[in-house]
Amino acid sequence: MREEAFYFFTSIGNYTGVSAASLDEFLQRIKDVDIKSLEFHLFREDFEKWISQTLGDSRLAEDIKNVRIQKIVGNTLQDRLYFLISRRLKELKGASARLSGGF
Amino acid sequence: MTAVGFDWMKSKSQEICLDDLDRQILRLLQENAKQTYSEIGAKLNVAHSTVYDRIQKMEHGGFITKYEAMVDAERMGIPLITAQMTITADPKETENIAVKMTRFGQVLEVSTSFSEELVIIAKVVAKDQGELHSFIARSVAPLPGVLRIRTAIVTKKYKEERFSVGQDKKFSRLKE
Repeated sequence: MREEAFYFFTSIGNYTGVSAASLDEFLQRIKDVDIKSLEFHLFREDFEKWISQTLGDSRLAEDIKNVRIQKIVGNTLQDRLYFLISRRLKELKGASARLSGGF
Repeated sequence: MTAVGFDWMKSKSQEICLDDLDRQILRLLQENAKQTYSEIGAKLNVAHSTVYDRIQKMEHGGFITKYEAMVDAERMGIPLITAQMTITADPKETENIAVKMTRFGQVLEVSTSFSEELVIIAKVVAKDQGELHSFIARSVAPLPGVLRIRTAIVTKKYKEERFSVGQDKKFSRLKE
């Protein structure tokens, strides 16, 4: 059971069958999942909670909170989330590579 | 209080046959399981000892499975919403998921159904929509093999009854 994973719903109790257990997986799912699901979770603050509480990334959670405040919806929301998460992943992977490289 | 009984003519294990008197006793118990043997006997014009013996036979034979109090949650001031969940699952996991669903306190009924595909149907209750969603997201969606969940929240109930003895005879007398 992937209790810590994020489960994508389109409305109360309606699960799409799509889940993500890491930020990498989350990025992939954002491209494919129904946009209604992105809107549903954004305005319930589910993304922010999962990213800060489960993944422990308060900075990314703050970026997503700003998207919510701006009330971005539809394809623009999908593109914006994809951009923010892929940018954050690059940062994290870059930092990780520098650490393992002895810097 | 109602008695939950099943209207089989024979139990599979003991091959006990129910006659008309047994069926009438069951019907009366389903209306009110708190009636005494004497009260039931008086209504059916038989001795209370006969009623006692018949009820014992039906309890031991598995025709009466339990006696329970029907509680009105609304009257008790407990706000509850009811929802019907339809879970589509990996066919290899359907049985396991159905069994696991029976262990949740929020779940009142679980059954499987096959139309276009095999699905699990569950009746669930929660205090509100938020609690319902949390339960499904945290407890049901993560079960291995769950592929999709559709949930319909009940907004208005038009009828709710348990199957009662003699009801099968009414099926053919449905009026418009």
